Amino acid sequence: MVTTSTIGRSVPRREGAAKVTGAALYTDDLVVADAWYGQTVRSTIPRGRIRSITLDPEFDWERVVVVTADDIPGENVVHLIRDDQPVLARVGGEIRHREEPILLLAAPDRNTLEEAVRHVRIDYDPAEPVYALEEATEVYSTINIRKGKDFEDVEGVELVVERSFRVGLQEQLYIEPQGAIAIPWRERGAGSREPGVTIIGSLQCPYYVHRALKRALKLTDEQAVVVQAETGGGFGGKEEYPSMVAIHAALLARKAGRPVRLIYDRHEDLAATTKRHPGVIRHRTGVKKDGTLLSQDIEIVLDGGGYCTLTPVVLSRAAIHATGPYSCPNVRIHARAVATNTPPNGAFRGFGAPQSLFAAELMVEHVAERLGMSSVDLRRKWMLRLGDTTATGQTLTESVGAELVLDAALKAASAVGRSGGRAVKRGRGLSLVFHGSGFTGSGEKKLQGTLAMEALADGTFRILTASTEIGQGTKTIFCQLAADALGVGLDKVDLAPQDTSLVPDSGPTVASRTAMIVGRLVQEAATEIKDRLQRERAPIKVQKSYVQPDSIHWDETTYTGDAYPIYAWACTIADVDVDMTTGEVRVTDLVTAVDCGKALHPVMAEGQIEGGTLQAVGWATIEEIKMKDGGYQNDRLATYLIPTALDAPRIKTILVENPYSRGPFGAKGIGELPMDGPAPAIIAAIHDATGVWLDEIPATPERVLAACASR
Amino acid sequence: MRFTLNGAAVSLDVVGSRRLLDVLREDLGKTGTKEGCGEGECGACSVLIDGEVVDSCLVAVGQVEGRNVITVEGLAGPRGELSLLQQAFIEHGAAQCGICTPGMLLAAHVLLKKEQRPDADDVREALAGNLCRCTGYTKIIEAVLSCGT
Repeated sequence: MVTTSTIGRSVPRREGAAKVTGAALYTDDLVVADAWYGQTVRSTIPRGRIRSITLDPEFDWERVVVVTADDIPGENVVHLIRDDQPVLARVGGEIRHREEPILLLAAPDRNTLEEAVRHVRIDYDPAEPVYALEEATEVYSTINIRKGKDFEDVEGVELVVERSFRVGLQEQLYIEPQGAIAIPWRERGAGSREPGVTIIGSLQCPYYVHRALKRALKLTDEQAVVVQAETGGGFGGKEEYPSMVAIHAALLARKAGRPVRLIYDRHEDLAATTKRHPGVIRHRTGVKKDGTLLSQDIEIVLDGGGYCTLTPVVLSRAAIHATGPYSCPNVRIHARAVATNTPPNGAFRGFGAPQSLFAAELMVEHVAERLGMSSVDLRRKWMLRLGDTTATGQTLTESVGAELVLDAALKAASAVGRSGGRAVKRGRGLSLVFHGSGFTGSGEKKLQGTLAMEALADGTFRILTASTEIGQGTKTIFCQLAADALGVGLDKVDLAPQDTSLVPDSGPTVASRTAMIVGRLVQEAATEIKDRLQRERAPIKVQKSYVQPDSIHWDETTYTGDAYPIYAWACTIADVDVDMTTGEVRVTDLVTAVDCGKALHPVMAEGQIEGGTLQAVGWATIEEIKMKDGGYQNDRLATYLIPTALDAPRIKTILVENPYSRGPFGAKGIGELPMDGPAPAIIAAIHDATGVWLDEIPATPERVLAACASR
Repeated sequence: MRFTLNGAAVSLDVVGSRRLLDVLREDLGKTGTKEGCGEGECGACSVLIDGEVVDSCLVAVGQVEGRNVITVEGLAGPRGELSLLQQAFIEHGAAQCGICTPGMLLAAHVLLKKEQRPDADDVREALAGNLCRCTGYTKIIEAVLSCGT
């Protein structure tokens, strides 16, 4: 029997039927017998020390479980990069941001729980908080990238353009808030309970939670079990924060001796969880009068907030992408991330690159304007081509798509409509971006992501991976890749649950690495199984780990070499209407051409791009977080607005296939790329419409009107 | 109290001030209705009451006495066969993470009842109360349009 490959075909989503019938079970949908409800009590000051925690003696605490830092059996640390973030702040201990977790409560019903929260009193010795980047003295990390000469030493520069840009906070706003259910044992077979903790939660990275849980609760590998429930969106927001939620739930469950549900409401989720890093990016660009790019000098400062979280890695990606997709012989990039007394910022789709590419792309516009050149022509002159080297000295040897996507987007964009008269002005802007697929530098080598596959006696196959389905299509694409390599129908292949007691650590579901890096392991495992089935009989189990190709070299100390295995590329053209009376910006149409290497599932690839594009449109136009006393003022969905179906532009996606030799069928990671291009294209479009340049996003009506008035 | 849920009579002994959302999810096991914000902003908890889209987080269960409530579980046929709209959502890639999907389906279902051949603007208008963070709405709009007759 000949089985047709489904690669490149948009087969039905694996869990599609469950999602359209309401049968798919997300964390809060799960019924767990005898579970109590949990709640986190948080700091109300941005900086200081806890003087005392008082439980009102008038209140009946009999039916409530209370957990403080003293109840942590292991280390009081949320394991990630640096051991600076406590699970719970302790009495006498430092508070570094508002909403910092201090105390945990659990009760059999929500009313008792709410009542209990009102009877906790925390007294503080406040200290003077630091909010402004300019005033921050504590540095989380710095990165320096040097290529060629210092700015002042470059010869032949005929024009220097300087400009500074500022980007704001953004909430991931997955529609399912954070949540975990902790069970203070693990099941071994039917009804048999063994010592340990089981977490079922909404999360991207089961093994991140596993490691954090082991450390804080002093558990062995086996005793900590982490299971992903159906997850209602992540966008990076469920990369590191679920470790905190899981540890808290586990501490409560352990003390209560029963399962505990710790499900955030939207208000708590908005107020307390990580956001996209805001920052300031300053550029100095030196060119010849004919536009030749000679020198780039870039300074990046990102605001890490109260704890380090993933900030150094975010900063790294911001720095490496800071030049934009351009070839420049002399580059200096100085990047640093500082601490302030705001809730910690963390992973969010794009991971620093949207911030630095926003500045890089607008710099092209400013230089072009000063030279009197078309910015498209200037991009063609500067863009990275095959054989060119990036700022880290990486020579691009294949799948360089800058020109392909630029041409494809220009071809697909229709003529700009006429402006709607004096009150509404119409404009168009363009951007060109690249995004490194997979982990930075030696990340994949250090991680050694592992995947297993089984051929079962009944003739079916099972993929064992910790890579999670968060809407982006992991389950579907992995089954397509496995079925293709095995030469069997899709119905013969399935995934084991994302449960750390069953599957190996194939790494976190982040960094646009799942289809490209882990997908390739799926192919390799399936190929080996098929081969062995020629000689052996099922059951067979194989395991595959990532092997870094010899051709990839990265020097962490000098920040030189192959920063990413490959880059994906995108060109975005945005059309906007600017209401000159109200200052309101409406993005009406958006064309985006994406070099994805190979679209394994075109509908899902388009879906990723469209969703990321709208998230970026939100960041550029309406998503603004206003700070007050170190907290977020608009921490409700009524005041933190994201684009609705009425706000969303018509989005036209063009998939450009430009294969990468080591990706499955040539595929490159594109999950984050669509977050990079829209913001600068929209700001350029606003300039085209109004004649004013904004240096800061979001382009709120206030900023647009102020810029127009000061012109 | 009594009401009709997905075509079947329901009789319950509950406090009338409880949120319809909680009664559906916790007492009746209809967990297809999701809570995204609890403040009537996101539409994840959309249900139909007498054919109109309503945020069930803002409705006290007492208000549905004698009325006809439909949740996402009521959209498929009697033997579980998917409706044309549900099929279109799968085919067009309109469900990604899926958390907004139940609400989206119900809002689109009402639109298609009222307007047999909606245009893209009608669809955007009808779905404006339901937030999605995954799709950029493009594939959802395509899926709904494909069901126009």
